[in-house]
Amino acid sequence: MTALVKLEGLSKSFAGIRVLKDVDFDVQPGEVHALLGENGAGKSTLIKIIAGVHAPDGGVIRIGNEELKAITPHEAAKGGIATVYQELLLFPELTVAENVFLGHAPKTRLRTLDWSQMRRRARQLLDSLDSPDLDVDVKVGTLSVANRQRVEIAKALSQDAKVLIMDEPTAALADADVRRLMTVIKRLRERGVGIIYVSHKLPEIFELADRVTVLRDGALIGTRAIGDVTEQSLVAMMVGREIGQLFPKPEPQVGETLLKVSNLSFGDRVRDISFELKRGEILGVAGLVGSGRTELALTIFGITPATSGTIEIEGRAVTISTPKQARNLGIAYVPEDRGLQGLVKPMTIGQNISMAALHRITNGIFINFKAEAQRAADAISQLGIRARGPEQVVGQLSGGNQQKVVLGKWLETEPRILIMDEPTRGIDVGAKAEIHALMGRLAQKGMAILMISSELPEVLGMSDRVLVLHGGRLVTTIDRAHANPESVGAAMTRATLAQEAA
Amino acid sequence: MTAEDAPPFRARRSGLARLFSAYGQEIVIACAILVLFAVVSTINPRFLGANNLNTIVSGNAYIAVAAIGMSMIIITGHIDVSVGALIGVLATISGTLAVSGYPIWFAWIAPVFVGMAVNAVVGVLVAYGRIPSIVVTLGMLSILRGGLVSVTGGAWINNLPPEYQLAQQRLFDIPAPVWFMILFTVLAALWMRHSAFGRSLYAIGGNAEAARAAGIPIERRTVQVFMIHGAIAGLATVLFATQLKIIQSTVPPNLELTIITASVIGGVSILGGTGTVIGSTLAAILFSTIGAAMIFINVSPYWLRAVIGLLILITVLVDMARRNREMRMARR
Repeated sequence: MTALVKLEGLSKSFAGIRVLKDVDFDVQPGEVHALLGENGAGKSTLIKIIAGVHAPDGGVIRIGNEELKAITPHEAAKGGIATVYQELLLFPELTVAENVFLGHAPKTRLRTLDWSQMRRRARQLLDSLDSPDLDVDVKVGTLSVANRQRVEIAKALSQDAKVLIMDEPTAALADADVRRLMTVIKRLRERGVGIIYVSHKLPEIFELADRVTVLRDGALIGTRAIGDVTEQSLVAMMVGREIGQLFPKPEPQVGETLLKVSNLSFGDRVRDISFELKRGEILGVAGLVGSGRTELALTIFGITPATSGTIEIEGRAVTISTPKQARNLGIAYVPEDRGLQGLVKPMTIGQNISMAALHRITNGIFINFKAEAQRAADAISQLGIRARGPEQVVGQLSGGNQQKVVLGKWLETEPRILIMDEPTRGIDVGAKAEIHALMGRLAQKGMAILMISSELPEVLGMSDRVLVLHGGRLVTTIDRAHANPESVGAAMTRATLAQEAA
Repeated sequence: MTAEDAPPFRARRSGLARLFSAYGQEIVIACAILVLFAVVSTINPRFLGANNLNTIVSGNAYIAVAAIGMSMIIITGHIDVSVGALIGVLATISGTLAVSGYPIWFAWIAPVFVGMAVNAVVGVLVAYGRIPSIVVTLGMLSILRGGLVSVTGGAWINNLPPEYQLAQQRLFDIPAPVWFMILFTVLAALWMRHSAFGRSLYAIGGNAEAARAAGIPIERRTVQVFMIHGAIAGLATVLFATQLKIIQSTVPPNLELTIITASVIGGVSILGGTGTVIGSTLAAILFSTIGAAMIFINVSPYWLRAVIGLLILITVLVDMARRNREMRMARR
């Protein structure tokens, strides 16, 4: 069988740095080919070359039987190559049908838009994607992330895509939506579409992929049939060595209650939530998207102050209406979106790390630069941040290293209570294990950690107890001994059923 | 990867390389000024005369001073298009006080406080009213400009007392405005770089949400930076108003744009979060050097604006190219 797209000996450099070295890659019709590697391994560059965004410096590309030096966006479209990017590229003010057919809308004989055909075909496409509930006339801006993604896939199919590139498609999805996406992908594969699937999540890859290719530092490590690899061997290929334990969790030494939240509410996003967080404990928070997980964190941290309820720290009632108050009470918040609430990207590593604890290194009005550089250097070596040094600009770092900078910033405030919202979203396996190990060490030193995560394995692997939220309410609390995919998953979905029945 | 096998820092880059990466734009402008002097003085040696040099720098010193405040505003992620009109109003207030028999020191100091008060209003509307600064200052621009013409009826202020002419004073044969420009630039540069306050402005301009989460009181800082900018506009006003024996009820056309341009060419990113006040001062000097050079080599000074416009486009283009390169480096 001829490959749909075949790359041979591909190389690419940016600003003198080689990001791809002599890489071979191909996609066959009707297969899911997973592309794996740590951040900075060259995955994004590779798929952007296939999508026609970047031109390679060397190597040969074949689309069908045609041989090319580089793919232009036009040739990519002609060759049936479509991409569903991580950051979805849709127009929020246009309807679903308009988005699906943007740029290639069916026309009437008078060369005007054929609205009825456009709506009908959009309907057919969405039905074929198992989404009969999605209205073609609503504005895309009102849709959930999962639904937008289906629109994006429908858009790709409307252009007769033979090769579909999916870059971290499940990064922002809840479990139920992930499963639905899996079904859609399998259906596309049956139709003969070749799918390039980029993801950090190994379970997905084992469920979906037919073959898997691993890149490391821009070089091809290998392409294997999925039956020939195990989770361990894939991780070893990615990081270049064995990672002993996926969730390194030392025995917890749980102490007295540090944070006590009673009947906490914020509008209808957080409703009447009560729980206790103890010294040395990692308390996981699970729930579907929209269950109020992040909102709970924002409320405790004072970004969206509570509308009712009380918060006690070490038995004393406290008022938290600004992040500054929360910080001064020893609470730190590592946000879900590090680009949005975590980092000031034009600033250096040192400046970011000192940002929340500037008062500690300021004499009178002036910042002590020496102390700042020293603390940054300490954080870099303790957290294993891979960087040129404290004066490197944060925007240049990879996702995992950026996340460590955010963590370093908050550890500088010497918090007693650390709230981590999706601590490892979008970062690679190696950095993930490092952050998990760090969380374990911090808890052992007596820090109380509240960890929000949409990755069930992470919640189960790291938590001493798990809070399950739904619709802004606390559904149940499950001990580590009783927490497993079934019990937590059931708590998350049972609530759904109960509410639908009500 | 644990800390042990993380690669060690690459050896610290040389001092020169770090200086260039931190102050690239400032160095480029300083070089441009030097090259311009070298070229024009070979064509016309009188260009380097002490008197000419003083005129070049002194006449535009008030623009450099106003650009200090403007740079702070832009670094914080805002903009102020009303500062030209504000300087016009403050000049009239100062002149009126001077001819009405108030003490001279009072006429000098009043614009600083009035400027602060006016911009406190702007700052409150921006910070707490959550109105974009461009909208608030556009409104303020109309109010100030309209108000000024209505109140003065376009009349000039004459008969200013001679001792009011601060800008005519000299120390070591260098005009007072030049001293003030240097003093304020150095103070502001130190303040912006070394104080927690200055750092917080860069943080807010770079990412307001992250700054808020880090405990920086964004609203209060916004009001404060607008008030400081108003005070600095007041200082600039004194340098501007005390140059001549009269005060017109108008300011040079597009004064606010000239001031914003000095900031942007000086390396302050219009998107906020980066740049220095040294850059904006150098850019203001560059403008007046270009203007004077054109006269000395017999090019119509009307080309000045076109040349400055060209400089803006080049600067922004270079800034965007740099940003894009950094994004690519980060994303690969």
